[in-house]
Amino acid sequence: MEYEYHWNIVFDKMPELLNAAFVTLHVSVLSMLVGIIIAVFLALGKMSDVKVFNYLSGTWIEIARNTPALFQIYMAYFGLGAFGIHLSPYFAVLSALIFINAGYLAETFRGGFLSIPKTQYSASKSLGMSKVQVYRYIILPQMFRKIHYPMTNQFVWAILMSSLGILVGMSELSGETQRLQSLSFRTLEFFMVAAVMYYIITKFILISADLIAKKMFKGDI
Amino acid sequence: MGFSLFTPLSWNDSSFILAGILNTVYISVVAIVIGTILGAIVGFIRAESNKYVNMLLGSVLDISRSVPLIIQLILFTTYIGAMGYPLDPFIAGSIVLSIYTMAFMSEVFRAGFESVPPSMITASRSLGMTYWQTVRYVRLPIGIRAVFPSWLGVALSVIKDSALVSVIGYMELLRTSEQLISRTQQPLEILIGVGIFYFIISYPLSLYGKRVERKMAL
Repeated sequence: MEYEYHWNIVFDKMPELLNAAFVTLHVSVLSMLVGIIIAVFLALGKMSDVKVFNYLSGTWIEIARNTPALFQIYMAYFGLGAFGIHLSPYFAVLSALIFINAGYLAETFRGGFLSIPKTQYSASKSLGMSKVQVYRYIILPQMFRKIHYPMTNQFVWAILMSSLGILVGMSELSGETQRLQSLSFRTLEFFMVAAVMYYIITKFILISADLIAKKMFKGDI
Repeated sequence: MGFSLFTPLSWNDSSFILAGILNTVYISVVAIVIGTILGAIVGFIRAESNKYVNMLLGSVLDISRSVPLIIQLILFTTYIGAMGYPLDPFIAGSIVLSIYTMAFMSEVFRAGFESVPPSMITASRSLGMTYWQTVRYVRLPIGIRAVFPSWLGVALSVIKDSALVSVIGYMELLRTSEQLISRTQQPLEILIGVGIFYFIISYPLSLYGKRVERKMAL
C-alpha cells in the first residue's frame, strides 16, 4: 500500500514542537541538577559508618536501579494519590527522574570516590594541605575526570526517559507530539520529526559534554 | 490515608496478573536472546572491520540508542501499519526491543573481542589453528568472559525497558496492573506489588553481576 506523506502539517506545528523539546530539555536538566545534589548525600550515606544512613541510602539506590522507570513514574503519578498527594504530570515525571538519577549517580560518585587511592589523601595531608584543600585540589578533580562520562550518559538517559511523559499526559516532546498527531492523524510524520529532534538533542549534549571535558582536562581524559 | 487491606481484587485476578508476568518474562527473554546473538555477530564484525566500516555501523546502531524506545515502538508499529502489514503487538514489540538490545550488545561484544590480546591470536594461529578455530576456541570464550558483567547489565536494563512495550498494546505486567488500577482504584497496593516483582528479578542478578565483576578485578 502506498502511504502519502504530508509534511506541511508537521511544519505548521513546528513552534509547538520546539517548545515541547525545550520542556524536555528543561525537565531533564532540572532532574540532573537536583539528582546530583541528592546523589552526593546518598553516596556519602552509603559510605558512612552510621548504619541508618547506610541502610537508607542503600534502599534508595537499589530501588532506583532495579525497577523500571515507567514504574517510578506511575508510582509518582498514580501511587502517591493514595497519600493524598496529587502531582501534576510535569512534577510526577520530574520527581521520578530525580529519584532514578539520584540512585544511579550515587553509585557513580561512590565508584569514582573509591577509585582514588587512600594514599593520595595521606600524601596531601603530609604536604600540609587542609581537608578542604585536599578535596579541592586532589580528590575532586581526579574524581570528576573519572565520572564525567557516566554522568553524561545519565543525562542522555534522562532525556530519553522523559519521553515516558507521554503515558501520563505531560506535554514534553513525546506527549506534545502525541497530542498534535491526534489532531491530524499524521502519526508517522509527527513521530519521525520527534525522533529526529531527540537524536539531535542527544548528539548535541554528547558533543558539547565532550568539548567541555576536553577543555577542562586539557586534552588528557 | 487510602491504604486499606480491603480490596476489590479477587482471586480471579491472580491469573490475569500471572499472564502479565509471563508476558513480561517472555518478551524480555526473546529480546535478550535475539539481541545477544545479533549483537555478538555485529560486535564481531565491528571488531574485525576497519575504522570506516566500524564508524558507519556504529553510527547506524547509535540511532537506536539516541531515540527513546517509546518513540521507536510507536514509529515502527505505525509504519508497518501504514504500509499495510499490521503486526501482532508481541511480534512488533519483540522486533523493536531486539534491535534496541542488539545496539547495546554489539558495543559490549566489540569491547569483549577487542579485549583479547593480539599476541594471543597470533600464538593460536602459529599453533596451526584456522581463523575460525581461533574465533571459536580463543576469542569467543575469553572475550565473553571479560564482558559478562556488562552483558548482565544490558540484559537487566532490557527487562526493565520491556515495560515500555505496553504503549503498543502488549499486555505485559505494567499494563496489566494499570488495567487493574483503573478497575479497583487502588493504585498504591497494586503498584507496590509490581515494583516488588521487578525488584526480586533484578536485584539478585545485579548483585551476582557485581560479585562476578569483583572476582574478575582481583
